[in-house]
Amino acid sequence: MDQIIVQVLNGLDKGSAYALIALGLTLIFGTLGVVNFAHGALFMLGSFCAVTFSRLLSFSHEVIDETRTDFLGNPLKVQVPYIQDWLGPDLAASIIQWSVPLSILFAIPVMITIGLIIERGLIKHFYKRPHADQILVTFGLAIVLQEIIKYFFGANPIQTPAPPAFNGSLDFGIWLGFDPVTIMYPYWRMIYFFFSVVIIAGVFAFLQFTTFGMVVRAGMADRETVGLLGIDIDKRFTFMFGLAAAVAGIAGVMYAPIVAPNYHMGMDFLVLSFVVVVVGGMGSLPGAVAAGFLLGILESFASMPMIVQSFPGINQIIIYLVAIIILLTRPRGLMGRKGVMEE
Amino acid sequence: MFGLESKDGKLLLLVAALALLAPVILNPFPEGSAMSQFNAGYPDLMQRFVIFGILAIGFNILFGLTGYLSFGHAAFLGVGSYAAIWSMKLVTMNIIPSIIFAVIVAGVFSLVVGYISLRRSGIYFSILTLAFAQMSYSLAYSVLTPITGGETGLQIKSTDTPLLDKALEAGEIGRANLFGYGMGSSYQLELAGWQFTFNLGYYVAAVVMLISFYFAIRIFRSPFGMMLRAVKSNQQRMNYAGLSPKPYTLAAFVISGMYAGLAGGLLVAMDTQVGPERMFWTASGEIVIMVILGGAGTLLGPVLGAGFIKYFENIISKINESILQGWFAFLPDGLQDFMVAVVYPFIGKGWHLTLGIMFMLVVIFLPGGLIQGGQKIGSWLRRKKNVVAKDSTTKPAE
Amino acid sequence: MGILEIKGVNKRFGGLKALDDVNLSIAENTTHAIIGPNGAGKSTLLNVLVGKLIPDSGSVTFDGQSILGRQPHEINQMGISRVFQTPEIFGDLSVFENVMIPCFAKRDGAFRMHAYESIFAEKAIQQQAEEILADVNMLEKRHMIASSLSRGDKRRLEMAMCLVQNPRLLLLDEPTAGMARADTQNTIALLKEIREKRSITMAIIEHDMNVVFSLAERITVLAQGTPLVEDTPDNIKGHPKVREAYLGEAQV
Repeated sequence: MDQIIVQVLNGLDKGSAYALIALGLTLIFGTLGVVNFAHGALFMLGSFCAVTFSRLLSFSHEVIDETRTDFLGNPLKVQVPYIQDWLGPDLAASIIQWSVPLSILFAIPVMITIGLIIERGLIKHFYKRPHADQILVTFGLAIVLQEIIKYFFGANPIQTPAPPAFNGSLDFGIWLGFDPVTIMYPYWRMIYFFFSVVIIAGVFAFLQFTTFGMVVRAGMADRETVGLLGIDIDKRFTFMFGLAAAVAGIAGVMYAPIVAPNYHMGMDFLVLSFVVVVVGGMGSLPGAVAAGFLLGILESFASMPMIVQSFPGINQIIIYLVAIIILLTRPRGLMGRKGVMEE
Repeated sequence: MFGLESKDGKLLLLVAALALLAPVILNPFPEGSAMSQFNAGYPDLMQRFVIFGILAIGFNILFGLTGYLSFGHAAFLGVGSYAAIWSMKLVTMNIIPSIIFAVIVAGVFSLVVGYISLRRSGIYFSILTLAFAQMSYSLAYSVLTPITGGETGLQIKSTDTPLLDKALEAGEIGRANLFGYGMGSSYQLELAGWQFTFNLGYYVAAVVMLISFYFAIRIFRSPFGMMLRAVKSNQQRMNYAGLSPKPYTLAAFVISGMYAGLAGGLLVAMDTQVGPERMFWTASGEIVIMVILGGAGTLLGPVLGAGFIKYFENIISKINESILQGWFAFLPDGLQDFMVAVVYPFIGKGWHLTLGIMFMLVVIFLPGGLIQGGQKIGSWLRRKKNVVAKDSTTKPAE
Repeated sequence: MGILEIKGVNKRFGGLKALDDVNLSIAENTTHAIIGPNGAGKSTLLNVLVGKLIPDSGSVTFDGQSILGRQPHEINQMGISRVFQTPEIFGDLSVFENVMIPCFAKRDGAFRMHAYESIFAEKAIQQQAEEILADVNMLEKRHMIASSLSRGDKRRLEMAMCLVQNPRLLLLDEPTAGMARADTQNTIALLKEIREKRSITMAIIEHDMNVVFSLAERITVLAQGTPLVEDTPDNIKGHPKVREAYLGEAQV
């Protein structure tokens, strides 16, 4: 029993990331009708927003500390971040420690801007072209984006720690009456899960309860009719792309402490997220979210020692295997609508 | 010629001439000169040109004709490679059986993958092939280690004793050969500063490539090829014209899978080792880029695209900052640094960036790839010439 | 006994009865029009005939053989060709290739691995294609890419693609829908010519009464999924039931 809970918990954070990326992919596909192979790159850019932000915060100048000396006896030179000068040492130190969650504030405008630029500058011209062309051009875009990041940040992963307050794990088992230390769950992963639930709920609420969201949903169902009503659906769709980019971006920001950001992390996630979207059903938002969590949890179950012993390697292929089976038995995915992507 | 229309025959002859003279054509700069780093006429790279050319020709039969975008073709390349190396380990180090075996195994594998994946079209097909390829990669990496050697892959070892080969001395490692002639054997020609290497392995691969190219032309010009283009154009009309699109598409898929297996087998014949990374999905992505960059649906484009990418990967990527400093040395200091700073991100280690940008530009502006670009420039030049010619002929009449 | 026999065919979509006990016989070598107001079940019936839909009950036989449960390409191979409301052609291919493809289908069946033969060597097929293009006055456009043709030419091309197979039954789904008056007249003339030159059975589903009365030898009026009357054009014109169900509606 405790084993099962451990696996469910382990699956949640990966599942959250899949769900968030898949949600963005589906938003873009559902509204704009574009298959965006660059979405993983947006996730990666989000992670690097966190890196950039923490570097900006620790931007320093050199100060000679007369009270201390280095090993040669000279006065010690220390790096003092500018924000320390402005805000005082205590506040500055805690801001630097909390750089990852704080960089969400930085990432949202940056990612929305990037999203708008991509949509207006590139994607817009591909609405009428075949899906294969859309896949290809966004695939090219993903390569370009990740190479730019590689140029500026290098090829090695960059450790980006969570605030120290969240180090360590929660002994989840005690709450449920198990022995101590049987079910440990790192605080940050828990936060990531709750965070993604909030984001997902936020997106759904936005689509459900605002007029803007209503128009977008109507547009997803029937773009031309909504256009005929005299509503400038294109402008709203452009904004949706920005929103989807922001969702992918903050998903990346928060993921930075779990996996150190590297330039190709987007591609790694993209492949799986696409599988998630297809399993969930192309164009279905609840499907994308459900499939994201489902596959995340399934993957962690499949890596249980017991299961790996009886089916070696199953943890490596379970997601693909499930995808193949679902696509063949339920062509439209778990919750797909009729007529989506069926040329 | 060989049952081809004269235009296609000329194209085949041109490709044959280029392939046979490649060791000379690709080494235009004298050894030791500053430009010699751009020489591509060394056996290892030339082998890659033609082998990846075969891969691209095969992929083009599927994507260029039917429009089905497979994102998992590297799996067939990898399976072919594994098959070839096992044939060498167990049967003989002669490359002919191992290449044949590679083609057969890749063909069977692509039949299975294709049969399942082709039950869906569009993006679903792409994702299914991607899922199969990633699965093959993961399996080769982990569970199938007894067959694939896992992470380290497979090499020919001194403990291998192929059934049909003569016994080797203790510690001696068998070499891939064609009836006893080693793939590595080369003839060096020194010619007044120039150095040309004629390598047996390259010529074997080049001949195989020419045969593959010939078959591709035949397929393009056959009723079968026309049906494949019909699949891309309108499957509904195909059905109502009494044709079943599925077997046509599956046949194209298997043929292109066999081409990939052939390329995989040749890779092993040239360099007797294989690892699972050959099947990773980025390798599949590279095949897609090759074909689109060169020109999907054209005969020559895929070969060109493959050569282009391999040249970038092996030559342009080697240019480092100090070489660049040397190139711009004639400029004033400040300008020199500036030029280096501007150019450097795009070459050397940053060659992927250039490739990505070029690929995007081609997808956006040149759906017919570089071949179409060349044709456009060609016709523009011709028009310009015609205008000039017309001007000169009309003037006297005035 | 007609070449096409439809007996007791029913088809439901949820609560809607699209076809209600349809019995229809189309005699060989006639032009038979099926008319009726919107939602009468014309398109459903057509889709049953080409294998796109399978009826809930009843039988459809073509030349004595059942066509139910067969794939569209199998039904075509039996000798039924279809012209669509919006022409379905191979847009990326040349006009000549468009016509050659159905020729190959007729000769070689639904699939043949003729990957090593050359198109240029297929003289017989080329000749067939040329003849049919000449018949529809499109020979000079043979090298054009099909998608660049005018709408009228696309229609002619589609007809040529069907006719080159020498079908025994040609199904026409609103062949003049959305056409200008001149185009409509041209199409009528083309169909008349085809009818005179070849012994072919045609079934036309059409809205335009002008087209129906200038072409049809027999007319079936379909209303609410059921055949109301079947008669010659002259008799249909004055039939009170038809006025009530259809013409009345159209004239008001």
